[in-house]
Amino acid sequence: MDYNLLIGGSAGQGIETLGFLLEKSLQRNNYYLFSNKDYMSRIRGGHNFTKIRFGTKEIYSHKDALDFIVAFDETTVKEHRFRLKENGLIFLDESLRENTPDVSANMVFLPMKESASNLGNARVLNTLFFGSLAKAFDLDLGIAKELLTEVFKKDILELNQRALEAGFKLEVPAVPVEKPRDIGKRILINSNQGIALGALAAGLTFYSAYPMTPSTSIMNFLAENQKRAGILVEQAEDEIAAINMALGASFAGVRAMTGTSGGGFSLMTESLGLAGMTETPLVVVNVQRPGPATGFPTRTEQSDLSFILTASHGEIPRMVTVIRNAEEAFYKTARAFNLAEKYQMLVILLNDQYLADANQTIEPYDFGKVSIDRYIESGLDADVYNRYELSGGHISPRILPGFIPGKTVLADSDEHNEHGNITESAEIRVSMMDKRMGKLRMLESELEEPECLGDESPEILLLGWGSTFGTLKEAVEILKREDLSIGALSFGDLWPLPIKKLEQMAEGAKQIINVEQNYTGQLAKLIRQETGIKCTNSILKYDGRQISLEEIVSGVKEVL
Amino acid sequence: MDILNPFECSEEKAWCPGCGNHALLEGIKRALFELEKEPHEVLIASGIGQAAKLPHYINTNGFNGLHGRAVPPAAGAKIANSDLTVIIHTGDGDSYGEGGNHLIHNIRRNLDLTHFVHDNQIYGLTKGQASPTTGKGHITGIQTEGVQLEPFNPIALGISLDCSFVARTFVGDQEHMVETMKSAIRHSGYALVDILQPCVVFNKVNTFKWYKDRVYHLERDHDVSDKVEAFRRAQEFGERIPIGIFYVNEKPTYMESVEYISEREPLVRKKLDPKSAVPLMDEFY
Ligand SMILES: Cc1ncc(C[n+]2csc(CCOP(=O)(O)OP(=O)(O)O)c2C)c(N)n1
Ligand code: SF4
Repeated sequence: MDYNLLIGGSAGQGIETLGFLLEKSLQRNNYYLFSNKDYMSRIRGGHNFTKIRFGTKEIYSHKDALDFIVAFDETTVKEHRFRLKENGLIFLDESLRENTPDVSANMVFLPMKESASNLGNARVLNTLFFGSLAKAFDLDLGIAKELLTEVFKKDILELNQRALEAGFKLEVPAVPVEKPRDIGKRILINSNQGIALGALAAGLTFYSAYPMTPSTSIMNFLAENQKRAGILVEQAEDEIAAINMALGASFAGVRAMTGTSGGGFSLMTESLGLAGMTETPLVVVNVQRPGPATGFPTRTEQSDLSFILTASHGEIPRMVTVIRNAEEAFYKTARAFNLAEKYQMLVILLNDQYLADANQTIEPYDFGKVSIDRYIESGLDADVYNRYELSGGHISPRILPGFIPGKTVLADSDEHNEHGNITESAEIRVSMMDKRMGKLRMLESELEEPECLGDESPEILLLGWGSTFGTLKEAVEILKREDLSIGALSFGDLWPLPIKKLEQMAEGAKQIINVEQNYTGQLAKLIRQETGIKCTNSILKYDGRQISLEEIVSGVKEVL
Repeated sequence: MDILNPFECSEEKAWCPGCGNHALLEGIKRALFELEKEPHEVLIASGIGQAAKLPHYINTNGFNGLHGRAVPPAAGAKIANSDLTVIIHTGDGDSYGEGGNHLIHNIRRNLDLTHFVHDNQIYGLTKGQASPTTGKGHITGIQTEGVQLEPFNPIALGISLDCSFVARTFVGDQEHMVETMKSAIRHSGYALVDILQPCVVFNKVNTFKWYKDRVYHLERDHDVSDKVEAFRRAQEFGERIPIGIFYVNEKPTYMESVEYISEREPLVRKKLDPKSAVPLMDEFY
C-alpha cells in the first residue's frame, strides 16, 4: 500500500521544514517514500507544495491522486481538493474555516494558530502540524523529538519541542495507514545530492559553478562539505568562467567538475569544444529546466537533449548520459569521472528539476563499488613529451604539468600537431580529427543498454529517458495487469546511443510510443537518426510539471 | 646567455618582422631564466590573438585556450596546483574586451597569478579593428568615423579594484620590461602588467617612435603603497606616459585565505580514496 500526502502553502510559511520533518520521520519509521516539490520562482508568497508518497513497498515516482492534504492556506484547499480520493482527509487550521467554501466532513480543523499564539510564536505552526500529523499517522514520538534536535538551532529548539508536544496532544482522528516492517537502513536523498556524493567518492577536488536553479543544490552540498572533504568549491563570475576554471584545474591534474542549467549550459558551449579539442577530461552536469531563454525557472522539462548532443561548433567526441533516479546518480557520476579520464574527453551528465528535487528512500551507496582510475603517466622515456602523440591510437599518454622535470605539456585550442603547436597542415588535421572522433567507437563497448521494464518482447513498446524511469516502471506494471503486451526501454546512456536492445525490441513491436517531457520528441528524433526506427505515437508533456503515473497510463490507453 | 636558456624554443614564429611581440617573448624568457625557474615549473595560459600565440614559442607548459578566456583556466590550474608558476599572456582585446569580466573578478579573487597584457592598442590578428585601449578618434576599417568610445584605462582599473600589483612597461625598454616582469612574477597575488607593444602593421598611430617619445620612468621615490597617488599617476596617458610599478597592495592570496587548504600541499597531490567520502552520507540516514 502507499499513500499520497500533499503539503501546500505560500513560500515562507514553513512548508519546506514540515515536509522535511515528515519525510525524515516516515523514513525512520521504516516507510519507503518518494517526494517531489512544486515551487514558484519567488521567495515569499505564491503557491508551493511538496508531495510525499509513502508506503510499505518500494516507490519510484509521484502520483496525482491524493490521500491527504495538509493546507497552510485556502489556495491549497482550492487548488488540490479535486484530486483528493473519496475517503481522503484535509488537515487545516481552524482559522481557515471561515473562508473555505463547501466545508466537508473530510476536513480536519485543528486549532493551530491558537496553539501557536499560546506558545507565544506564530512561526511554530509547522512544528505543531508535525506533532498532530505524527499522532494521526502513529509515528514514533521519540524519533520526532530526535529530529527536532537535528533541524532546529539551540535558541529555538526548546520552543519547537513544546510545539511538538502541544501538536501531539491535539485531538486528531487516527488515520488507518498500514504499519511498515523493518526495511533496514535506508538513506533519503535526491539525485543532485547523489551526484555530489558520487563526485566526492570519485575524487572530485575542484568544483566551479555559477548559481542557477535547479543545479545549485549540487554546489550547495559540495560547499557545505568542502572543508571536511578537503576540496575547493568556487563560485565563478559566470558560467564561461566556471567551465574554463574547471578545464584549467583538470589540465593541471585534479578531478574537476562544473554544473549548471540550460542558460548556463548555453554559455558553456564554446568551451565544450575546447575540452574536446584540447582533450582535457571534464565532467559537466546540466540539470534541465524548461527553456528557451530563462523559461520556467523552477519547473521541469527534458528539452535540452537535442542541443546537448551537438552543442559546440565543429565536431567533438562526447559522452551524454542521463540520470534516472537518486541511486543511479551516485554511481553514474563516479563512472563519468573514470570515463572522462580514460578517454581524455568530455562527459555530460544530464539531470532535470524533477529528479533534482525528488527525495527517495534508497539503499545506502556502496562506496566499495567506486574505483578511481586516473590513467596518468608518471614517467616517460622520450626526450620531448608530445601531448597529442598519434602513435598511441586515439588516446595519447597524459602527464601532468609540473610533475616530471624536463617534460612540459602544451595544450591548444587551435588545430595542433603532436606536440601541441598550431598547425595549418591538412594531413595533420585529418589525423587529429580521426584520433579525437575515433574515441566514440572505443566508447561503444562501455555503453549501458537502456533498462527494460515489463515485457521483453512486447507489442506495445514505450521509450523514455532519464527522470521518467520510475513513472514508466510503475505505469508498465499497472498496464500489464490489464493484460496488455507492454514493455518499456528507459535510456540512461544517450550518446553514443546504445541500439542493441532497442533494435531487438522494436522489431516485434506493433506500436512504439515515446514518452518525453518536451515538445519535439527529442529521443524519438535521435532514435530515428541513429537507427531509422520510427515511433508510431508519442506522449509529450511540456507544461513544466512532471508526467504522472496516471497520465502515462491514460496516455497509453488513449493511443491504443 | 640565451643559448643556455632552457626556455628557448625553436618553433617558427608567426609574427610580423618588427612586431613588439618578439621583444616581449625575449623578455619573458629572460625573466624566467633570471628567476631560475625550470620549464616544467611554469605554466603559461593564453587566449587568442597574436599575443596569445606566445606559449608556442617558449619551452614551458602551456594552455592556449579561447579568446577572452585565458584567465579562468589559469585560475583553475593555480587552484589545482599551487606549486606551478602561472603566467597569463593576452592581448588588450583579449583581456580588456572579450574577457573583461574575468579580469575584474580575478583581480578580486587575488590568486597568485601574473598577467601580462600585450597592449598594442589594436586588434592585430583580426587585422586592425579598435581595441578597448585604442585612442579616441583613431580611424580603422570599422571605426570609420574614428573611435568614439572612452579608452579603457587598465592601470586605473587595477588600482581602483585594489589589485595587489599594478604596473606598466614597454617592449622598447628591455631592461625595464624584464625587471618589471620579474617583480610581477615574484609578487605574491594577482599582478597585472600592461605592456606597451607596437603593432607595426595595423597601428600607425601608436608606433615605436610614438611610445619612445612619451614613455618615462616613474620616479624612484614613487610610493607604491599610496593608492590615491597611484590613481592620479594612472590618469597620465598622452604626451607623457609613465612606466613602472604604480601600485602594490600586499594582501593574502586567495589560496592563503582558504585556511584549510593552504596548510596542506597542492590539491593535485591529494590522495584520492572513495571511502573517504563515506561519512558525508551520514546526514541522509
Ligand atoms: C569568440 C571569438 N570571437 C572573436 C574571435 C576572433 N579574434 C581572434 S583574435 C581577436 C582579437 C585579438 O586582439 P588582441 O587581443 O588585442 O590581440 P592581438 O592580436 O592584437 O595581439 C579576435 C576578435 C575569436 N577567435 N573568438
Ligand atoms: S599584425 Fe601587428 S601584432 Fe600581429 S604580428 Fe603583425 S605586428 Fe605583431
